[in-house]
Amino acid sequence: MKYSAWSLLRGALGGHRQWPPAWRDAAPKPRYDVVIVGGGGHGLAAAYYLAKNHGITNVAVVERGWIGGGNTGRNTTIVRSNYLYPESARLYDFSLKLYEGLSQALNFNIMLSQRGQLMLAHSRHDLDSMSRWANAMRMNGIQAELLSREAVAALAPVIDLSPQARFPVLGAFMQRRAGTARHDAVAWGYARAASALGVDIIQNCEVRGFINEGGRCVGVDTARGALRAERVGIAAAGHSSVLAKLAGFRLPVTSYALQAMVTEPLKPLLDTVVISPSTGAYVSQSDKGEIVIGAMLDLFPSYAQRGSFAVTQAILAATLAIFPSFSRLRLMRQWAGIVDVVHDSSPIIGPTPVPGLYINCGWGTGGFKAIPAGGWTLAHVLATGATHPLAEPFQLGRFVSGRLVDEAAASGIAH
Amino acid sequence: MMHIPCPWCGARDENEFVCGGTSHLQRPALDVSDEVWGAYLFFRDNPKGVHLERWRHVHGCGQWFNAARNTLTHEILSVYRMTDPVPQ
Repeated sequence: MKYSAWSLLRGALGGHRQWPPAWRDAAPKPRYDVVIVGGGGHGLAAAYYLAKNHGITNVAVVERGWIGGGNTGRNTTIVRSNYLYPESARLYDFSLKLYEGLSQALNFNIMLSQRGQLMLAHSRHDLDSMSRWANAMRMNGIQAELLSREAVAALAPVIDLSPQARFPVLGAFMQRRAGTARHDAVAWGYARAASALGVDIIQNCEVRGFINEGGRCVGVDTARGALRAERVGIAAAGHSSVLAKLAGFRLPVTSYALQAMVTEPLKPLLDTVVISPSTGAYVSQSDKGEIVIGAMLDLFPSYAQRGSFAVTQAILAATLAIFPSFSRLRLMRQWAGIVDVVHDSSPIIGPTPVPGLYINCGWGTGGFKAIPAGGWTLAHVLATGATHPLAEPFQLGRFVSGRLVDEAAASGIAH
Repeated sequence: MMHIPCPWCGARDENEFVCGGTSHLQRPALDVSDEVWGAYLFFRDNPKGVHLERWRHVHGCGQWFNAARNTLTHEILSVYRMTDPVPQ
């Protein structure tokens, strides 16, 4: 069923009782062309693009819990493409461009709001590094601009710009096309569009092993039986190492908890995303009015989806130093997602040491913004067996050759 | 908040410590292949469960030590000295 103003009106006349489920909750079949492990944004997007771009519709997405319940539901919903190196700029800007057309493509409102992102400079050194950063982006054909202190004051008066501020703001750099998107809508939009094209979405179906015949991966063993497939893809973020171990190889990945939190809702007071890399504050206001606060990593390996209180305290202190007026707000929720951090903070999208098994991982703290591109490029390698040109720099082989794409500086959060 | 039992100072809050990552990594000989060197530098078990790792009591005695810690529950099963062998 196509969503439109007309269908909404018809729904209203019928008391909104006639809406069918957005997607089919499928039971597993014994044989597929492609099985994708992980029903988050990346896995669902890969399934959609397999069907849409490559005409491969005999596809299953198997998810241990419920779709979008992992990191897709645990991020700060920021989308941007402010990366330093040409390889990353191409990949992430391709992702942002797909986001810009995604509501139309999926016929599902992902509530993309390109409200821009301000990155604050608190010192002369910050100003220097931000002009380098903005220039690198412009060299890669991505719009970026440097803003004066006065321009920051006009855009976000809620920031403490007084002379006695603990962290004085000297200026900022801005990507105006950056913004936020509704995280659940991204997962559900891809799920609905993929399901409509024939993809099976199988929830509550944990993968317990990979079927290996003659050294080749030919399917997965799950809690709901064996699913055989020509090719298998993994899109499991922080749990990639756990799945890799089942398949018999290791990854250059360490899993950390990355936490975030929201306050009680307020009237609109901040219509842009604000990052202060030197302090770690990462703040936006949701459409519902909550102040969404992102943190830096808990810097020890963790699979606990809760986050350390020590980091919660540190990030709230940093946020209040930039936004003193938030000090009376109450926190409504706090949570953590388990992120897959790679040494160079760049992803891995391509074949694994096991023939027939492919992986999309290593997005670390920035997977949400990359969902369309991660799905697109994973679908390409699953369908054709050939690496997508955008994904060529992001292969496992770079950890042997030493050709890293070191974006550790670009994520805006210290790794 | 974890309480980490420093072998010299006793249990302290986790924000007195920094984690130094996986312990017991052995540097291979300098003439090994790129594959072996890459595995040493970058590839990790990254277990969901007991992980043997280095910690430093940076805001205390400043000493390094090893800990066996569960990465899912954050329970610290044992702490031992840097030169001690891998616990069984």
